[in-house]
Amino acid sequence: MGDFFTTASLVFVVGSGIRLATPFLLAGLGEAIGQRSGVLNLGVDGVMLLGAFGAYWTIYETQSPVLGVAVGLGVGLVMGAVYALITVGLRAEQGISGIGIFLFGLGISDLLFQKQVGTPFPIRGFGDLHVPLVADIPKVGEMFFQHSVLVYVAFALVPAVAFLMNRTTFGLNVRAVGENPAAADSLGVSVARVRTTTILLANTLAGLAGAVLSIELGIFQQNLTNGQGFIAIALVYFGAWRPVGVMGGALLFGLVSATVLQWKTLGLVSGAASSLTAMAPAVLTILALVVISRTVGQPAALTRPFERGH
Amino acid sequence: MLGTVPPEEPPRRTVSEGTVQQIVDVSGRFGETRPPMREWLRDRLAWVAGPQLAGLLVPLAAVMAAFLIGAVMILALGANPLEGYWALLKGAFGDVDALADTALKSMPLLLVGVGICIAFRASVINIGGEGQMIAGAIVSTLVALGLPDLPRILLVPLVLIGGLIGGALWGALPGALKAYSGVNEILSTIMLNIVAVQFMNFLLRDPIMDPYEKEHGRLPQTERLSENSDLPLLPGGTRLHVGILVAVAMAGLTYVLLWRTALGYRLRAVGHSAPAARYAGMPVKRTIVAALTLSGAMCGLAGAMLVFGSESHRFVTDGSSVGFTGSAGFNGIVTALFGGLHPLWTIPSSFFFGGLQFGANAMQRAVQVPAALIVGLNGLVVVFVVSSERLRRVVGESLAQGRTIRDERAGEGGSSAAAADGEPA
Amino acid sequence: MEKRHHRKWLGLAALLAVLALVAGACGSDGGDSTSGGDSGGDFRIAIVAPSASNDLAFSQSIVDGVAALTGVSAVDVTDGTFIVDDAAAAIRGYAEEGYDLVIAHGSQYGGSLQEIAGDFPDVAFAWGTSSDTFGLPNVSAYTAASDQGGYVMGSMAASMTNTGIIGVIGPIAVGDAKLYVDGFVNGATESVTGITVNVNYIESFSDVALAAEAAQGHVANGADILTGTAQMVVGATGVAAEHGAKWFGTQSNQTALGTDIVVASQVYKWEAVLQGLVDGIKEGDLGGESHTITLENGGLVIEFNDAVDAGHARSIGEKAIKDISAGLLQTGA
Repeated sequence: MGDFFTTASLVFVVGSGIRLATPFLLAGLGEAIGQRSGVLNLGVDGVMLLGAFGAYWTIYETQSPVLGVAVGLGVGLVMGAVYALITVGLRAEQGISGIGIFLFGLGISDLLFQKQVGTPFPIRGFGDLHVPLVADIPKVGEMFFQHSVLVYVAFALVPAVAFLMNRTTFGLNVRAVGENPAAADSLGVSVARVRTTTILLANTLAGLAGAVLSIELGIFQQNLTNGQGFIAIALVYFGAWRPVGVMGGALLFGLVSATVLQWKTLGLVSGAASSLTAMAPAVLTILALVVISRTVGQPAALTRPFERGH
Repeated sequence: MLGTVPPEEPPRRTVSEGTVQQIVDVSGRFGETRPPMREWLRDRLAWVAGPQLAGLLVPLAAVMAAFLIGAVMILALGANPLEGYWALLKGAFGDVDALADTALKSMPLLLVGVGICIAFRASVINIGGEGQMIAGAIVSTLVALGLPDLPRILLVPLVLIGGLIGGALWGALPGALKAYSGVNEILSTIMLNIVAVQFMNFLLRDPIMDPYEKEHGRLPQTERLSENSDLPLLPGGTRLHVGILVAVAMAGLTYVLLWRTALGYRLRAVGHSAPAARYAGMPVKRTIVAALTLSGAMCGLAGAMLVFGSESHRFVTDGSSVGFTGSAGFNGIVTALFGGLHPLWTIPSSFFFGGLQFGANAMQRAVQVPAALIVGLNGLVVVFVVSSERLRRVVGESLAQGRTIRDERAGEGGSSAAAADGEPA
Repeated sequence: MEKRHHRKWLGLAALLAVLALVAGACGSDGGDSTSGGDSGGDFRIAIVAPSASNDLAFSQSIVDGVAALTGVSAVDVTDGTFIVDDAAAAIRGYAEEGYDLVIAHGSQYGGSLQEIAGDFPDVAFAWGTSSDTFGLPNVSAYTAASDQGGYVMGSMAASMTNTGIIGVIGPIAVGDAKLYVDGFVNGATESVTGITVNVNYIESFSDVALAAEAAQGHVANGADILTGTAQMVVGATGVAAEHGAKWFGTQSNQTALGTDIVVASQVYKWEAVLQGLVDGIKEGDLGGESHTITLENGGLVIEFNDAVDAGHARSIGEKAIKDISAGLLQTGA
């Protein structure tokens, strides 16, 4: 039995939490952008799975992680185009379309994997990138600056998305469309174009989230995401549609998971209690929200299709 | 009473109202007014398809289109799609046994779907069906383990009530969190699913584990539960049990609840516009809790039936929620939305999806295609049908001469009011 | 009107996009059909398994085992049936279709099988992993003494570690997984004193990411040798490779997961007990007995990976195999 409160242990937990948080963060950022424009996408998990398989298969065939990321992004983009056609073009109900996309991704990624690869052969990803100078700082470097390049990309996207949403005309349009599409339309903003763009962005990020998962794990398997896409959606509500909030939620969930894992590795919990500690990330996420007690309304036009002239 | 909620006045939108607004729009199709017979007979396209027919043919064509893509995939897998689909049809609807099995597969979908109808009608998005099913299964199993010697006539209703209570509790929790702490129910129900799974695993690996398994293989399952808690089989020699009657009855009761009772009216009024309902003096918070409680109760009942109507008559899992629920807590959402959030329409809707799922097993056996194909195909069907909804409306409109403008309006704003107030009343 | 056309085109485009996506990605080489084997006599076997039949783990072990049988004319597989009720339907379906042997490959299927087997007294069933035949004459149970292989590999790991710390990743502490892990821990701690074995049950059979992170945790806590059981550990081997840790596999030969780190795998050879069962069924004996594959009867085989130099550990492992086969060592919990 080991001691949890050692420096080495805590340093590991922080690094571990950051790694675990990364897919949630990417998928959550995308979902937040989409929801800000009034589009709910319950299909995140399915798109993540397709992106994960696309990246995995590409690297399996070409040994190029860069190409793998590109394919993951591309698969997300294609799924975004499909989702935009369904929900913006055909104005189909968003919740149900998303579930359809989820089931499609869940089944097809597995089918393609079984057809094209079959056995979960390992692939090589990027390896850890030690950020020059800072990576060598004791403790701090180990916690924050010895991760895969994809982890840095994910966290760099937080301020980028925040800037996009809060400081650009596009972001203003997105929020206007999400709050009052009719008013936005009357001001000359094309609701369809704005929403199509956000859907493409959201799904591309979901595809990337999936790619990060399979590349970092170096493997693909049936239902690799194991419901991470749904947790990402939940974290969007946790973060009140703000990039920093989504990051907070993802980190909370990741860090609690990492803490529980470390307890178990050290033999601090075992047996039946182990099941109970596995609830901790979910319970704490709810409790944190109760304590924060934020009553931010969601984008008013969320899930409402827009049709001019009504 | 009806006059207190002015349907034309666009209310200020708050949390999650938008979601349901759209869902209500979908449901509106069942309340849409159809043009009188003579008018569409005059229509020059009437010989192709009337709007009524369009309402049926377009979704049907969408299903066909999805299956056509499925056929391409089966071909690519080196199997014969015709043979596969024939096996699916025969497996799902081919004979009495097949129909019975399909009905059994539909039962949890129907109950969850009915629960979803209640929640979504009240503007509450319940993604916690999986967890609520597990909670229902847990409480009902505890009842059966605690009172194994009770006569069947008492024990069977008691375990079902146990299921209702377990699910209701697991639904009331996110309901209260939403009403009194402002925690969005999508977040809390997703998280509570995770909690329920781990609690189930905790119980099945020790406190309620089969004593034989404790000594031997340590499988996470209960003992074979009391025979007095077996759901009685219906006559006919199939595996069909009374659960299916209970499920259909629940659908009927929920219809009555939603459209014939004061609580049902409150649920729909809150769903239509919470501020308006509050203005009208309705207890909005309590209504939200009630919506999720009732919704959870239906899911919990489904969970209980999966235990006591199963082949094994045990509570057993592979450690995941899907292994126990078969994703019914999730697929029930699709079922309900396909049924237009109407409890009675959810009955045929659940039968369709139940058939698809059960027939898929037969298809997998017959042509040896991976089960993953069926999951993907299921998704395609959902996507195609929901996408064709617009086309269906467009076809219907273009055929309904002279009423085009009015119907198009009904498509966006009008039908939501129709759904909230003017369903088959 | 113009707008309406616009919509239709969009619909068509959506349809085409989805079609292209699916058809394009799907089209390639042929069949998945597993019917085969020599045609000596008409004997058909059906397998119902919870995960993919090529998972390098539990499900693959039975598919490989049945493929190694002689005197079987056809094998049909329903895999991926982690939903217990679906598995029950498949088992019943195969029984109705008159297969000569229906294998329910998942201990969670037992409760259902108990009910189904009674309805088909003329069909032979086998299920595992379990030792319970429910007293039915047409049900055979099979299980693996996976603690034996676990013990062997645990003793090898203990002699190989430089840090004195070994990491174990498990799903949920039940059934076959618990058996293996307990055997491994016993093997490690009994052969070298002062060895630390950190066991982490991640409480899931499916969370690959968490299993990989558990491996990270073991490495961070000083482990230089890892092992794990169940299908979610596939991500953990990548972590082991990245940090130069060695890996011991079980259920199936996992060398493919890391050719330069997998020291040895415990492989289940179900054919060791199934062949006798098949031969018996042909003679009219539908079973009714419980079988265990062991190191002694050749059902459990430790397959060493020659690409990894285990040095002295290999001889320790081989000695342990001998001792266990001779009944000299107590391996279980």
